[in-house]
Amino acid sequence: MAWFKRDKAPGAADKKVKVPEGLLTKCVSCKANLLTKDLEKNINVCPQCGHHYRVSARQRIDLLLDAGSFKELDAGMTSVDVLNFKDSKSYQDRIQQAVAKGGSRDAVICGEGAIDAIPVQLAVFDFSFMGGSMGSVVGEKITRAIERGIEKRTPVIIVSASGGARMQESILSLMQMAKTSAALAKLKELGLPYISILTDPTTGGVTASFSMLGDINMAEPKALIGFAGPRVIEQTIRQKLPEGFQRAEYLLDHGMVDVIVERKDMRAKLAQILSMLYRG
Amino acid sequence: MASQYQLEFEKPVFELEQKIQELADIAADNVELKTEVAKLEKKVDKMREVIFANLSRWQMVQVARHIDRPFTLDYIKHIFTDFVELHGDRLFGDDHAIVGGMAKLDGEPVMIIGHQKGRDTKEKVYRNFGMPNPEGYRKALRLMEMAERFRMPIITFVDTPGAYPGIGAEERGQAEAIARNLREMASLTVPIVVVITGEGGSGGALAIAVGDRVLMLEYSIYAVISPEGCAAILWSDGTKGAQAAEALKLTAPDLKELDVIDEIVKEPLGGAHRDHETMAKNLHQALARHLKELKALSVEQLVEGRYQKFRKMSRFAG
Repeated sequence: MAWFKRDKAPGAADKKVKVPEGLLTKCVSCKANLLTKDLEKNINVCPQCGHHYRVSARQRIDLLLDAGSFKELDAGMTSVDVLNFKDSKSYQDRIQQAVAKGGSRDAVICGEGAIDAIPVQLAVFDFSFMGGSMGSVVGEKITRAIERGIEKRTPVIIVSASGGARMQESILSLMQMAKTSAALAKLKELGLPYISILTDPTTGGVTASFSMLGDINMAEPKALIGFAGPRVIEQTIRQKLPEGFQRAEYLLDHGMVDVIVERKDMRAKLAQILSMLYRG
Repeated sequence: MASQYQLEFEKPVFELEQKIQELADIAADNVELKTEVAKLEKKVDKMREVIFANLSRWQMVQVARHIDRPFTLDYIKHIFTDFVELHGDRLFGDDHAIVGGMAKLDGEPVMIIGHQKGRDTKEKVYRNFGMPNPEGYRKALRLMEMAERFRMPIITFVDTPGAYPGIGAEERGQAEAIARNLREMASLTVPIVVVITGEGGSGGALAIAVGDRVLMLEYSIYAVISPEGCAAILWSDGTKGAQAAEALKLTAPDLKELDVIDEIVKEPLGGAHRDHETMAKNLHQALARHLKELKALSVEQLVEGRYQKFRKMSRFAG
């Protein structure tokens, strides 16, 4: 649930100090003044210090899959406001605004494609859609992706970037955790590889379900990964959090992820791993 | 046991009860007064009935959290025999916020797992307010896997504000522990009956709540986030719990309507905290009935049925 509260979390906001129409970007990590176009050309990774900014889901798909191999599936699914949920805005309005803003119809894009000609089912979170939160649509699309992996006997790859379960669907969002994890149980029984890629940020109910269940858990450098959001923890224990807490490197140190991979190497690393785990 | 702790909306009932008591004390052999007392007692019951039939969601949250509400160990005492508590996850430690062990239900061995809260301050701290760390979930899984090996049905009691959000919990993989339970519970080959007895607090509840049957006590709650947490996020005001409780639709009737639970177990008049024995009796009957039905299924029917049960839990368009 943490994404709503993370406006102040370190590194959460990719604050770009923009001089004439976004020509320059000041790196939040090394403070270098970068040409925005250089940053973009470098797949949103700072060419000076290697800080990984977020990338869009579409860009991620292009980065990981063989050119032209991606076929999007279940694209038309949209969330419905079953509970008639209303805070300052109705859930219905929030959905419509999110759709209008980014073009995605919900917080995950799914489909099939290939990595070095190895067929894969791929699900990529779109963090810009309501903080990548998981409601019925996200849970259903992820489950279908896993079930397609089972049916077609292909590996499954999920790239997470999410604040967790979507509050506006309350209990139904929670149930998506059980549903997706149950599908992974079936995939596991068949010995099909599941690679979970955790990117900044992955928290809450998404971490506490499929994101942590990879045969391989792979993370991007410095990605925030955790169950509870840092602020919730701070408020609960009333202590300062340790340096680097809940960052990818911290999780590696504590045995929760297998490997940290830089964005530019991600595709090659996936191909290498799949060539060993998957024999068609 | 009549509870001494009063919820705000129960106050009129308590006041009337006190007056009746006073009257009864002076009534002695006065027949007229005695009839009056009997009349008033009926009125109290009626009052309580009316109040509890019209509880708001926020009031139900308060009943679900009532300090005298039966906790897992109370149900174990009243429903089962031969309970042997088993401790530890064999990896790190023993979590006191989750209790587990084997026992007999009507003479048949079962595995019991449940959140455990405390009543006095010392016990609350000892139980970490019913908020488990990863070792609690790993203990739960160890016991569930043992149950599978020895062909014992599993019964879980859910009553937690949520999984503990702490540094140690994160370091030891709170998310992984919960996630693993979700995956493993989905494919266990023995019957699992889940009972939401009090607070069903998000992932911390779900981590022992994937079952073939999910029951909710009449005044229990179950949601993706606590009303206070939800309010803090949506209205930047943690005191707007009442509003959030309404929005979250977290009561047993709400969840029955959404087909997320199978049955609502009736509570005694005025809530489970007023009468542990009656509550336990009602629950005992429900558990026995569901286990009997589940035992008649083949392993394939059981596991695939459980998969399909959760598979269907979503609403979307397109």
